[in-house]
Amino acid sequence: MSVHVLPLRTYVLVFLALMVFTAITVAAAFLDLGPLNTVIMIGIAGTKATLVVLYFMHVRYASRLIPIVILAGLFTLFILITLLFSDYGNRGWLGVEGR
Amino acid sequence: MWLFLATEILFFGGLFAAYALFRWSYPESFRAGSHELDIVLGAVNTAVLIASSLTMALAVRGAQVGRARLTAGLLAATVALGLVFLAIKGVEYHHKHVEHHVPGPAFIFEGSGSEHAEMFFVLYFAMTGLHALHMVIGVGLLAALIPFAWRGAYTPENHNFLEGAGLYWHFVDVVWIFLFPLLYLVGRHSLH
Repeated sequence: MSVHVLPLRTYVLVFLALMVFTAITVAAAFLDLGPLNTVIMIGIAGTKATLVVLYFMHVRYASRLIPIVILAGLFTLFILITLLFSDYGNRGWLGVEGR
Repeated sequence: MWLFLATEILFFGGLFAAYALFRWSYPESFRAGSHELDIVLGAVNTAVLIASSLTMALAVRGAQVGRARLTAGLLAATVALGLVFLAIKGVEYHHKHVEHHVPGPAFIFEGSGSEHAEMFFVLYFAMTGLHALHMVIGVGLLAALIPFAWRGAYTPENHNFLEGAGLYWHFVDVVWIFLFPLLYLVGRHSLH
């Protein structure tokens, strides 16, 4: 466990950044940006999640092992979604009845 | 704790994958379904949960600097915010029940995109339900830690258990950070 105590200011700044990003993502949802809407949405959610993980969960100051564990989880999820879409995305190419 | 959270990524990940697949298959229905959710309650709940993450992080910091009473107080604040989140979620579920948007025989959805809208609500209830279950567990866990924190069980030298409980709480917050835009903010602009 880290003995590194972050200053109060860091926590408050991260909190404010999270709130600002929430406001931006809600506002952006009302604009019609086509496919960019989803990109912005996921981008902001990813940024917020990264802030929580790095500062509230202290990963920035933790041992190198922790990010490896997190990335292993995320990478497995990436494989799951990639294989799912490579299956569903390519069904029906051959025109077989009942797919 | 981190290994457990890595498995939790995949626990929720299965639902995120299902969401991605069905949204890709039926974009219109997802837009129509998402439009029926209460964006104000969703946004307020997002703010509540982020605030609870702040109080949780500060509770751990309180233990790091050896302030037992402060730690207990901040834990109590985190529990209170968690309960506010669950109460708002309950109000939303009640609205969905009244509007016949709970999937099942009583499900009624009219207008464009109605064909597969039930799928959106299946995922809405599965994802927010699993998230709410995690919240209930988290609230119970943190509430149980308050008396220990009050008596100074978490010291600057050893507050591992509190830190672990905090990691769990932040993880649940991170899941909501993704759920909120994916469920509430899809296609807000296209149906006005």
